[in-house]
Amino acid sequence: MTKGGRLATVLGLFLVAVGLIVWAVASFIAPGVPGGVMSFTNTQAKGQPVHLTVQTVGSIGFGPHPTWVSYLVKDPKTGQWVHDTSWQLPSNTVIDMTVYQYDSGSPLRNQEFGQVQGVIGGKATLNGTPYSAYDSYTGSGVGHTFTVPSLSLSVPLVGVAGNNICGVAPCNSKYSRNIIKFSFKTPGPGSYNWQCIVPCALGYLFGNGGPMSTQNYMGGELEVVNA
Amino acid sequence: MRRMTVIWIVVSVVLDLLFYFLAGPHMPPGRMTTSAQSDQFDFNILMVVALPVLVGVWEFMLYALITWRSKRAGVAEPVGGPAAAGNRKAEVSWVIITSVAVVLLAVFGIVELIADQGSGGGEGPNPIWQPAGATTADAAALAGAGTWAPNSNDILVVQVIGQQWKWTYRYPTFGGFESQKLILPNNTNIEFNVTSLDVIHSFWAYQLEVKADANPLVNDVAFTKTVQLGKFVVRCSELCGIWHGSMYNYGKVVSQSDFLNWATATESKNAANTANLPAFAWTYVPDANGAAGGFYPDGNVTPYSSVETYGSKQPS
Repeated sequence: MTKGGRLATVLGLFLVAVGLIVWAVASFIAPGVPGGVMSFTNTQAKGQPVHLTVQTVGSIGFGPHPTWVSYLVKDPKTGQWVHDTSWQLPSNTVIDMTVYQYDSGSPLRNQEFGQVQGVIGGKATLNGTPYSAYDSYTGSGVGHTFTVPSLSLSVPLVGVAGNNICGVAPCNSKYSRNIIKFSFKTPGPGSYNWQCIVPCALGYLFGNGGPMSTQNYMGGELEVVNA
Repeated sequence: MRRMTVIWIVVSVVLDLLFYFLAGPHMPPGRMTTSAQSDQFDFNILMVVALPVLVGVWEFMLYALITWRSKRAGVAEPVGGPAAAGNRKAEVSWVIITSVAVVLLAVFGIVELIADQGSGGGEGPNPIWQPAGATTADAAALAGAGTWAPNSNDILVVQVIGQQWKWTYRYPTFGGFESQKLILPNNTNIEFNVTSLDVIHSFWAYQLEVKADANPLVNDVAFTKTVQLGKFVVRCSELCGIWHGSMYNYGKVVSQSDFLNWATATESKNAANTANLPAFAWTYVPDANGAAGGFYPDGNVTPYSSVETYGSKQPS
C-alpha cells in the first residue's frame, strides 16, 4: 500500500473510532427513557391549561418488579394508563395536575415536604378540600410526593387507610384513594427531573434504592419544549 | 544565557501584569463573599508564581527545538554530544528556586486559610477558626433564642440539610422554619451547619466559595461573610445516587432589609408546619425502623437502629 493509502486508512479508522466513542458516551449520558416519552404538547389549544393525570400505587403488580411502588400516567389521547414517568409538556403553560393516590402513607422523614410549594395559588386540593400543608403524623400520613427540585415544586400526596389497598395497577375507584389536584406553570424549555421524596423502597438502604432510583417508578423527567 | 534570562524576565513580568490586572478580577469564584474574594486572590497569586515557571520551561523548549534541530548543518547531535552534558549550576538553581517557591506558597496558603476563618471550607463540628461571637450564636440558636437584626454584626446561623435529592435550609434564629430556598443577607457573617438525613452529600455553594461535606449524624461547620448582592448556585459535590446531578438549587444574597422581610414572612407562613418539625438540633437521627420508614427524629419513640435498611425490623 502506498504511503498515502496507509495514511488515509489510519485517518479513516481513527475517525470511525472517535465516532464510536462519541456515540457510546452520548448513549450513556442520554440513554433515552424506557417506554418513551408521553407527550402533552398538542392536547390543548395553545395557551390553554394542559391536563396531566397520574396515579400512585403501592405495588405495580406487573413487569420485572411487580412489588415496587410506582407512578402511572393517563395517555391524553387514548385515556389508557401507561407505565411511564417521562412527560413532554409545553413551555410557559399552566399544567392542571390530578393525582389518584392509591397507596398507604407514613410520617415524612422530613416534614418540610409536608408543605405544598411552588403551585399556583399556594394550595392543592385533597378530595376537593384545599390544603397548603399536611401533618404527616396525622391520619394515614403521606404516601408520596410529587417534587420537582429545580422548580421548588413539591406537593405531599396524602396516604389512604390500610384497607382495600390496590395491589395491581392500574387502579380504579373500587379501591381506597385520595384525589389530589393542583396547578403549576412550566418554565422555559429544558429537562427537569422530578421525584417522590418519600423513601419507601423496602429493603434498600435508607429506602432510596430500587423504585426510588429507577426511571418509570418513583421518578422521571419533565421534558419542557416549545410548542 | 544572558539574553535568555532577559527574555524570560521581561515576558514573565508582562504576562504577570496582564494576567493580574486584566484576567484576575474575573477569576472564579467571583467576589460575592470574603471567602470568594480571598480564594480569587489566592488563585491569582498562584498564577503569578506559575506563569514565570511556564514561560521558563517553554522558552527553554523553544530554544532546544530551534538550536538543536537535527537538520541544521554543523550542529552536533544533542544526544550524547556536548550539549547533553550536565550543568550542576542549572540543576541546583532549578531545585532551589522551585523548592523555595513551593514552601512559600505552602506558608501563604496556610495563612490565607486561617485569616479567613477556614476560607469557606467545612471545619467539622468543632471549628478551629471562627469569627468572634460564633460560640454565643451557636448557644442561642440551640436554645431557640438566637437573634439577628440589620446592621447588628450578629452572625446568622443557617442549617443545611442534605437528603436524597434535595437541599433544605433551616433558620433557627427565625423560629426554626425550614425552607427549600437559601436566602442570605448581605454584609453578614454566615455560619453554615451542614448535615445529612441519609447518605453522604457535599454542600457546595459555588459563588459563595463554601464547601462542606454533609454526613449523617455529623455537623460540619463553615463560615463566610457575604459582601455582594446576587444569585448563586448550590450543588451537591459528593455522588449520592441517581439524581445527584440534579441536586442543585439557586440561592440569593439580598439586602439586609429584604432578608428580614422574607425571613419574618416565611416564619409566619410556615408556622403551622414548623410546629411539626423536630426541635432544632445540629444533627438528626433518622428512624430507619419499620415499614413506616424514617423521619427525623422519631421523638425517641424507638431507639436509633444500627440496621439502616428501610423496612427491616429492629434486632431483638
